[in-house]
Amino acid sequence: MTAPPLLELDDLHTFFYTDTGVARSVDGVSFSVGAGETVGVVGESGCGKSVTALSILRLVRAPGRIEPGSAIRFEGKDLMTLDEGEMQHIRGNRIAMVFQEPMTALNPVFTVGEQIAEVARIHGGMSRKEARAKAVEMLTLVGIPAPEQRAGEYPHQLSGGMRQRVVIAMALVMNPALIIADEPTTALDVTIQAQILELMADLTRRLGTSILLITHDLGVVAENCSRVIVMYAGEVVEEATAVELFGRAHMPYTEGLLGAMPRVGGESERLATIPGTVPPPTAWPAGCRFRDRCPYSWDRCEREHPPLYQIGAGHTSRCHLAEEPEHRNHPHPPLAAQRGASAA
Amino acid sequence: MSRQTTIAAGAMTEGGAEPILSVRDLTKHFPIKKGIFGRVGGAVRAVDGVSFDVAAGETLAVVGESGCGKSTTGRAILRLIEPTSGSVRFNGQDVLALGAGELRALRRQLQIVFQDPFSSLNPRMSIGAIVREGLTIHGLAEGAAADARVKQLLEEVGLRPEYASRYPHEFSGGQRQRVGIARALSVEPKFIVCDEPVSALDVSVQAQVVNLLQDLQRDRGLSYLFIAHDLSIVEHIADRVAVMYLGHIVELAPVQAMYSRPIMPYTQALLSAVPAPEPGVKRERILLAGDVPSPANPPSGCVFHPRCQHPARDAACAAIVPPLEEKAPGHWAACIKQPPSVVSWEAQRAAGGTNPPDFYLPVSALHRSADGAPRAHAFTPPR
Repeated sequence: MTAPPLLELDDLHTFFYTDTGVARSVDGVSFSVGAGETVGVVGESGCGKSVTALSILRLVRAPGRIEPGSAIRFEGKDLMTLDEGEMQHIRGNRIAMVFQEPMTALNPVFTVGEQIAEVARIHGGMSRKEARAKAVEMLTLVGIPAPEQRAGEYPHQLSGGMRQRVVIAMALVMNPALIIADEPTTALDVTIQAQILELMADLTRRLGTSILLITHDLGVVAENCSRVIVMYAGEVVEEATAVELFGRAHMPYTEGLLGAMPRVGGESERLATIPGTVPPPTAWPAGCRFRDRCPYSWDRCEREHPPLYQIGAGHTSRCHLAEEPEHRNHPHPPLAAQRGASAA
Repeated sequence: MSRQTTIAAGAMTEGGAEPILSVRDLTKHFPIKKGIFGRVGGAVRAVDGVSFDVAAGETLAVVGESGCGKSTTGRAILRLIEPTSGSVRFNGQDVLALGAGELRALRRQLQIVFQDPFSSLNPRMSIGAIVREGLTIHGLAEGAAADARVKQLLEEVGLRPEYASRYPHEFSGGQRQRVGIARALSVEPKFIVCDEPVSALDVSVQAQVVNLLQDLQRDRGLSYLFIAHDLSIVEHIADRVAVMYLGHIVELAPVQAMYSRPIMPYTQALLSAVPAPEPGVKRERILLAGDVPSPANPPSGCVFHPRCQHPARDAACAAIVPPLEEKAPGHWAACIKQPPSVVSWEAQRAAGGTNPPDFYLPVSALHRSADGAPRAHAFTPPR
């Protein structure tokens, strides 16, 4: 860890001020992404992973707000101190975003070529003619057959996989240092997903782009990321290399996620489940936020909010088991299951 | 070109067990209307000659990518959409010949659970009323007896009985899906079409619902037609699997045979595309070129031939419609290049074929090594 990382989040808090209270969607998140690295962020709905992504680009809208004291350092600058004009320059030029649903990320009334060219003109200051050539070049780069013809087509004329390629082409126009991909393949079929992930891996190899890959799919993470961050209830609860995380998960939530996932080739008769639900972000419980759903929790988990313990080289876990591993020997039905009929 | 009915009733169950549901040559073509006068200018062949059987107590999964016709098949069986042609027999009854009253009676035995737990529950009805509706319509229980039954059903799917007076918006996705299952169970069906029942749910919640479906099947001897695109879930829950592509079943086999020794090249590619949660393990992957063609204008011959990776693929594949044939006991597949096939090499040559059939199995691309011949599947229909 000599060179400073490309992106560094330090104690990011993003809150939403709603009628029903303050939703602490991102509640003290810190992690970093190195140059050329692909880092995965996994977690279930409502864990704060997408809000984290939007916060990095400062795209959080009212009633949401990035709280003072949060720092987002990127290429040596604290993005929180930039004005909107400087931020515009970062977006698109240095950090690009790929969204889950390519149809909503594209404008239906412009051809895909025009949309890619627009990025090149606005962010790259190219002439119309240069920008058009650039659009065709980018479509070629992302493996779209007959790129000159496709550049003249509208988004609805393309399939889902093609549209996602166009969105990736738009993201790559200015050769950004970081791509934030929020569930880039969730809306796609499995064979098309394989194509898109292969394309993204190939592009990072060739262009050296870093990727922050946000997903709920642990299989996608395992195959594409070197490092994985697990989020739960607005916090990072575990961080490790992919090999370490899938081999030696520490945090019981991570264990639960891995156990709940059926595997092709797996033999288990019954899937492990995590009883209960994620608590609402307006009322995170005191102590450990996973306590009610955890099979190992004890009185300390109710009293004391666990910090991120260092449990190995590059492996951190937000669980008191790091200090009192003996509690792992006494699993019990989680409180959420004991409370009677389960609440899925 | 549609295929002849050549498959005898019951021929497509495990070990020739008596089927509870038998579907033959089911087609659903949606007309494409052109111009202001609604002239029919073609058809989307969403389901194009699908045949299969489901035995009592069995789970048959139907997998495939968007637009392959799997959901349309499920809905056509229930006549939620009217099939264009074909036959559907449930418990010996011809479903497609039933009148409205008889159809209602049939739906007591044949239920459906939908994918989207948000749009499939009426937001203005309490969940008690939602579950109770079926009891009332079919005259199964009234008054206090119905209340008691509703509470019992909610408990059975893992919801608290006092939730009966709450409304759908008060529940999470997984809980709503449980309500959908309780509604289906209220009329004591024998058969449930599960149309992507866990696709919209998070991993941990998905596991809860899958376990619930398996428990209910064990306790009540239910049969499922489980429509899904997630191949890992399917391997976990299914007894047999049917793979659909462009409106056709291209392979149908017991789950272990399908996953260890897929015959149809499309199934091989599909299985190789599933991301495995094993970091560091690099598998070969069959990357299919391009996209699924439009079902309004499907390719000639084998619908998969333009994207097929089989080394023996040739002009015969574009000319001959491959029959769904039994290549190994209980293992049906539609590919003339994977022997044995009723389409002889001579016939293929006559159609322009240049490459003789030769069995192809890209083992390194699959999640587990092939273990020789397909194992006998441990499925015993309940008495």
